[in-house]
Amino acid sequence: MSHTLTNITLKVWRQNGPEGQGRFETHQIPEISDEASFLEMLDILNERLIEEGQEAIVFDHDCREGICGTCSLMIDGQAHGPQKGTATCQLHMRTFDSGAEIVIEPWRATAFPIIKDLMVDRAPFDRIVEAGGFITAPTGGAPDANLIPIPKPVSDAAMDNAACIGCGACVAACPNGAASLFTSAKITHLNLLPQGQSERFKRTEAMVETMEEYFGSCTNHGECSSACPKEISIDSIAVMNTDYRKSKLKNRKSLSRK
Amino acid sequence: MTLDPRVPAGDLATKWTDHKFNMRLVNPNNKRKFEVIVVGSGLAGASAAATMGELGYKVKLFTFHDSPRRAHSIAAQGGINAAKNYQGDGDSVHRLFYDTVKGGDFRAREANVHRLAEVSVNIIDQMVAQGVPFAREYGGLLDNRSFGGAQVSRTFYARGQTGQQLLLGAYQQLSRQIGLGNVKLWNRIEMVDVVNIDGRCAGIVTRDLMTGEVRSHAAHAVVLATGGYGNAFYLSTNAMACNVTAAWRAHRRGAGFANPSYTQIHPTCIPQADEFQSKLTLMSESLRNDGRIWVPKDPDETRPAKDVPEDERDYYLERIYPSFGNRAPRDVSSRAAKRAVDAGQGVGPLKNGVYLDFADAIERLGLDTVWERYSNLFEMYERITGEDPREMPMRIYPASHYTMGGLWVDYELQTTIPGLFCAGEANFSDHGANRLGASALMQGLSDGYFVLPYTIAPYLSDLLNKPIPDESHDAFTAAEQEARDRYQGYIDIGGTKGPDHFHRKLGQIIWDYCGMDRTQVGLEKALAEIPALHAEFKKDLRVTGDGHSLNQTLEKAARVDDFFELGMLMCKDALVREESCGGHFRSEHQTDEGEALRNDDDFAHVTAWEWSGDPSNPIENREPLEYEVVKFATRSYK
Repeated sequence: MSHTLTNITLKVWRQNGPEGQGRFETHQIPEISDEASFLEMLDILNERLIEEGQEAIVFDHDCREGICGTCSLMIDGQAHGPQKGTATCQLHMRTFDSGAEIVIEPWRATAFPIIKDLMVDRAPFDRIVEAGGFITAPTGGAPDANLIPIPKPVSDAAMDNAACIGCGACVAACPNGAASLFTSAKITHLNLLPQGQSERFKRTEAMVETMEEYFGSCTNHGECSSACPKEISIDSIAVMNTDYRKSKLKNRKSLSRK
Repeated sequence: MTLDPRVPAGDLATKWTDHKFNMRLVNPNNKRKFEVIVVGSGLAGASAAATMGELGYKVKLFTFHDSPRRAHSIAAQGGINAAKNYQGDGDSVHRLFYDTVKGGDFRAREANVHRLAEVSVNIIDQMVAQGVPFAREYGGLLDNRSFGGAQVSRTFYARGQTGQQLLLGAYQQLSRQIGLGNVKLWNRIEMVDVVNIDGRCAGIVTRDLMTGEVRSHAAHAVVLATGGYGNAFYLSTNAMACNVTAAWRAHRRGAGFANPSYTQIHPTCIPQADEFQSKLTLMSESLRNDGRIWVPKDPDETRPAKDVPEDERDYYLERIYPSFGNRAPRDVSSRAAKRAVDAGQGVGPLKNGVYLDFADAIERLGLDTVWERYSNLFEMYERITGEDPREMPMRIYPASHYTMGGLWVDYELQTTIPGLFCAGEANFSDHGANRLGASALMQGLSDGYFVLPYTIAPYLSDLLNKPIPDESHDAFTAAEQEARDRYQGYIDIGGTKGPDHFHRKLGQIIWDYCGMDRTQVGLEKALAEIPALHAEFKKDLRVTGDGHSLNQTLEKAARVDDFFELGMLMCKDALVREESCGGHFRSEHQTDEGEALRNDDDFAHVTAWEWSGDPSNPIENREPLEYEVVKFATRSYK
């Protein structure tokens, strides 16, 4: 059965543009049903702001099913808010109490500059994938799908890592602003599979080095994994580091052959 | 408007192979002379752009998202069909073809559907080669499951996230091409117009969402892969940004819009909880493999589900459709749910749902097996409703999910504007009046990987070494100015209500009169109410902020404006189609048992609408559907 929460205070980060001076703005939500999602609460607030002649609060969101990875938000200092394994768009007001004061900020990371209000630019993630987050398999030449059996545990582990939605919570939660969990999830997904072996070391090296152009370094805090809405394990970072070391050795070998 | 489907002659089974041989090609060294624009980065757009990039064309990819990986294909849950017959249960290309034509209620073009079934097998090979982690058996081979409207297990899946894994596969392949410089990515850019010069599509006009800059992009050919228009209903399972603008703007410039009334209402979504709800969430149809759908026989039932004795439950799908049972096709299942709720047997606080119960499956298979199959769906359901499907049945109700209608295309996926192609959900081509489960992903990838990269070549080969108009052409500058004026116009209205207010009201009208159950009286009412509300929108809209920086309210206003005109066309199309077929159910045309009654003598055609300048008075054109192989039959899932 639904209940109504009352008297919620929002402290929302507003910033006109990348160069603008940011500030917190306070808004009252007198009443909201606990069936409402967190973003629906912001929708309602925005409709009110527009009717009052003010600019709506800008925030990124799209599927509202926790799968597209567009939504973000630091809610009371936590990436995607208090509920474990849940993206902001799937967070519902039943998680909060009447009278709550909620602080809403954008992702905080140097590599993700603020575009406006709560929206940030996560383009460096695309650059990492472009550097090597793929298996080269041009359209048309693929062998029969059942030609290479893949043990179920291997396939399942690849899937666990492939579940990453690219939201950036791992970076936002990391005190160093590192993107190790994002990068290692993709590397682990592809490096575990037989199809991914040909480019395994080239991929790892290219992705890690592109990552390091933009993001901070990993010091194994583990905040990334706790904040991850898909609960991707920090073990993937170990896989990445192991493969990165191996790739460096292999490349030295290939250099010496020249 | 002439509608020439340009279906090649010859045997249905060899048409595509023969056609590929007969088509003119572009020499590999000449491909780099051609610029191709792809709008949209979902399965169809990403796969088309990646493949054309690999072939050597110069590709520009436009997406209004921050990254191509956000496209809504990512949210598809259940799976993708392919005629692999890995389960040895009698599947074949012909059976997939037949099931799709029948599932579409005999309103799809035979030759297109056959080609779709043929290339379905290549899609699975391609995606596995890219590293898509499809579900596997312990022996390491691929697993399959069965989906609605089929009696074989031909659906490949990756947990409940098949769309995500396929889209990421296509996105990764696309990213490789972006990294190599073969595809240029234009992100956070929205297409706002199509420009035609001398009878062919010469490019597009775009608006930069970050800066409001309006500019043109010329090209030899343009591919729209911009998805469906289900958000016309306001509440749907589509993502918040899904819209019809790209297709609609093309329609206004001369592209025929086919079968807009063919919309799919998905039977298994979480019922609406309150009026402020922003979207509905789908629960994969695959749940119907193990879940049993029922309502209490007594409309006044108040006990919790588990306390309702077996003989006081109505498993209505199993009762009415014994051979397909809980896996009856989507349109059939949706209407059955509506009948139950309309009869007062609905469940939940608002009595607006039916039960989808896993108690029997848990008893039969054990909780572990059921959990392994559906854990992410169960968790998603619990996050949204606060209820655990292991303890109490899910509550579900139909919601707008997919649109079979879209831009009219010929066999080569070319619209009625030469040089403008359309792929994926945005076109009308393969699903007839109803789409079967797990066929959308198949069609998006089929169009993008295995059809369009071939069929665009004959068009381009005609343009070899001929100059094309560049962005300084008057037609481009005029279209740019029109777009600037249009966007500034929304700001200048200075009314009192934001775009969501109007979208919600528009969606309610379309849902009430052009939803699961349509009547002449209702549609005529909608055709009077929509223009009235549209006039109010143009008078009372309020868009705050300016047009020179990021403004989500302004983006939304333009999209809602286009939904108004589309809404009128949907109702008009539903009104002239005096029959029931697939997702289009006219109450006047039903059997004594309440099933859809087709009229093949008068309506075995595609209706492609032509823009007349007046949204309430479009021009009707028809493409007759001729069936050489499949014989008309009444769909029966009993």
